[in-house]
Amino acid sequence: MEILKSESLTLAYEGINVIENLNFSVDYGDYLCIIGENGSGKSSLLKAIIGDVQPAAGKLMLDPTARKKGIGYLPQQNIIQSDFPATSYEVVISGCIGRNKLGLFWNKEAKNKADEAMELLGISSLSDKPISVLSGGQRQKVLLARAFCASSDILLLDEPVNGLDPSAAHEMYSSIRMLNQSKNMTIIMVSHDVQCALHEANKILSLCRGHSFFGTPDEYYIHEQKDAEYDHKLHDCTHCHVHHLQNSTEGGTHNAAV
Amino acid sequence: MQLSEMFSSTFLITIMIRAMIVGILVSICSSVLGVSLVLQRHSMIGDGLSHVGFFAIAVSACAGVSGTYSMEISIPIVILAAVLIFRLSKRQGKLNGDSACAIVSTGSVAVGTIMYNLTGGRSGDICSSLFGSSSIISISTKDVIISVVLSLAVLIWFILSYKMIFATTFDESFSKAAGIKTNLFGLMLAVLTGLTIVVGMKMMGSIMISALIIFPALSAMQITASFKWTVIISAIISTVCFVTGFFLACIFSLQTGAAVVVVELTFFCITALFAFIRKKAAIKKQLKKA
Repeated sequence: MEILKSESLTLAYEGINVIENLNFSVDYGDYLCIIGENGSGKSSLLKAIIGDVQPAAGKLMLDPTARKKGIGYLPQQNIIQSDFPATSYEVVISGCIGRNKLGLFWNKEAKNKADEAMELLGISSLSDKPISVLSGGQRQKVLLARAFCASSDILLLDEPVNGLDPSAAHEMYSSIRMLNQSKNMTIIMVSHDVQCALHEANKILSLCRGHSFFGTPDEYYIHEQKDAEYDHKLHDCTHCHVHHLQNSTEGGTHNAAV
Repeated sequence: MQLSEMFSSTFLITIMIRAMIVGILVSICSSVLGVSLVLQRHSMIGDGLSHVGFFAIAVSACAGVSGTYSMEISIPIVILAAVLIFRLSKRQGKLNGDSACAIVSTGSVAVGTIMYNLTGGRSGDICSSLFGSSSIISISTKDVIISVVLSLAVLIWFILSYKMIFATTFDESFSKAAGIKTNLFGLMLAVLTGLTIVVGMKMMGSIMISALIIFPALSAMQITASFKWTVIISAIISTVCFVTGFFLACIFSLQTGAAVVVVELTFFCITALFAFIRKKAAIKKQLKKA
């Protein structure tokens, strides 16, 4: 069953299209990785799913049931202020804001969900620690726990391992995989790490200005190989063409000199 | 005037109680709203609105409500300015949030001063509008009633929205994804800050009132690393500083606004020093362990 579907989606910033005519769909329980170069519209696509950016054309449809249950979002790390006065627990439980908005105190359901999230991700011991003293990896886990509190269906992760050392990145990937496999959560993750994306995800969306790819990691390999072969052929042809042009120009010059 | 002399007169006691009620309520409101404004890097909204407050006083003077300014005139002006400044603060590009707010605030002071000049206002009026009235007699019972109603509205909103305030202040994009109307929330914050400024302007002065928004939050952030405690400590610091500054102003015949801000500044320096020493001690402890 589809949780998210994009039909001829076009996203634009100040009149300039960053994504054009994009089609893809994500089923419940899928792990989609969005890859692509800087400025290809990866983060804009996540913002469009949240509802922060409106499509310039086409449709982006999130299953109303999933939207109603809430979207768990993990933003890029540089958005969070490292000196913000808050404990890890305050941050994690704030993920329940969609279900328990009013009043000074959190209800029992929210407290249970926050405890579950912290235990699941192995950060219960960080509960009272200020986020300002946490390492990059620990802070990302706290934010992942908050995202988990916000939704039981879908998590949107914007470059979750950006700036982490390899071991912290590995731990982060394991946590995300665990949420996908044991909790059957749909993961939509933006990443620059193509190799890890191919290893972790079951669907790949590659955004490139002009042409995009959507399919499984195996299909992506074939697509990339074909692209590489095509580029190689194109390079050869261009090389021959340039060589031919150079020869003819040299010949021309020579003839003109004679 | 001696403190004992002040308390010997029933009339003076009534006036002081009025001033204390307004002052303490404004201190609490501005400090709790200030935590969110400072953490969202929107301190300029408070500062901009306080300058617009001066313009509102000048409009009151032009409208013939000279000497004492009218809240009925100031409130709609400051609310409109709050909406405008909030929208401008979200702007990107050449005329971005910071510069747009600076235009509104300096423009308000300039236009307000000229309005004072044209209507024959004395420099003393301008001085008291900017830096606060040296005489607390100007606070009427009507002022107290309006102040209590507005302050209660601010506090009730803050208590009801506390969780949303935390979530949105910490991470606006996450809150948006979780279904919070973050733009409406930001607008409410700006409008309520405007109302608090209107209420406190007479006593503190339009220039000095922004200090009540910024200093307590900054001082509290030096002491604690929890949001809940930052809000609570900020409200306590703000109240203590106001009461201290208020009595100092009464005893030494100072401008109330200036006296309160000097106490706030002193408190901030103490807390910053405390935070510095604590940080150094923690580093030393870590080095010893290593």
